Amino acid sequence: MEETKKKEDQSSTHKIGIYLWIWGLLFVLSFFSYLVDWYQFQGMLRWSLILFFMFLKAGLIMAFFMHLYWERYALVNVLLWPMTAIVCFVALMVAEGKYTLFSRLFYFFVGG
Amino acid sequence: MSDPKIEGFELEKGFRGMAKDTGSDQTMFKGVHWGKAMMWIFLLSDTFVFSCFLIAYMKGRASTPVEWPNPSEVFALDAFGVPVPLLLIALMTFVLITSSGTMALAVKYGYERNRKMCGYLILATALGGLTFVGMQAYEWSKLIHEGVRPWENPFGAAQFGSFFFMITGFHGTHVSIGVIFLFIYCYKVFAGHYDEGKRGWFTKMKGDYVEVEILGLYWHFVDLVWVFIFAFFYLW
Repeated sequence: MEETKKKEDQSSTHKIGIYLWIWGLLFVLSFFSYLVDWYQFQGMLRWSLILFFMFLKAGLIMAFFMHLYWERYALVNVLLWPMTAIVCFVALMVAEGKYTLFSRLFYFFVGG
Repeated sequence: MSDPKIEGFELEKGFRGMAKDTGSDQTMFKGVHWGKAMMWIFLLSDTFVFSCFLIAYMKGRASTPVEWPNPSEVFALDAFGVPVPLLLIALMTFVLITSSGTMALAVKYGYERNRKMCGYLILATALGGLTFVGMQAYEWSKLIHEGVRPWENPFGAAQFGSFFFMITGFHGTHVSIGVIFLFIYCYKVFAGHYDEGKRGWFTKMKGDYVEVEILGLYWHFVDLVWVFIFAFFYLW
């Protein structure tokens, strides 16, 4: 009886080690992304490093701190697929931003 | 929390399990407390709000012909007479991650029905959040003294101020609301409401430690948004 109870408790909660690991990793990754600014990396290297550390941190927080890794797929998919809409929106606005910049330069400086 | 057992049924994993859950003519999120599902839906909508702000910022920054202020100079802080780039922002990031970690542990100890540890960890989380808001207030007042306004600033493109105050302000509001709720839940944990199953306000639902996890989801989301703000606004 006692043993089965203990087993149930363990299945509903996770070992403390995993939280401490993720916690430590988040500190390390934040430190690395700070170093990107500290060493003044520029251009593609800077942007790709920033994005890499950002997505890694976001993924760790969502997967382990928010328990998404252990949730059933029905919930995970409902939450993650709408993000593709945001990606589309970003793509649209990148194109729009370029066009706005072009027309501003064209009409303000060239004069149409 | 994971792999719910419903008597007489063996729930399948993976995409097959998802198809069965969705088409079961029953509750779709099996084993997920309704409050938790609702918090997730709220966070999803909040994700869209923050995305709109960040996308607006991206578009504004990409479309101005005037040079954007250099964040590592604007947000530099003097430490012993030497300007250190992004010092305050780095500290804020570390404080928020620390509070996120204590919250994750609070959820764990809550499920283990360890009332005292859970309460102290929520208290630590609340204090971390309070520190963060304090540092943000300092950052805002410093920039306002330097002449940053939503419509102008001495560093470069005029749009900088409006995006800065809007995005960090909206995030700071989330942190502040989170801190208020953390203190309330800290009291509720210490008072033993979740051990006795005492009812909360406006609800017939009996108190349970799952509420700590729901609060935790909100708090981790606040940290998650900061990850994106830190990357796009301060580092980019």
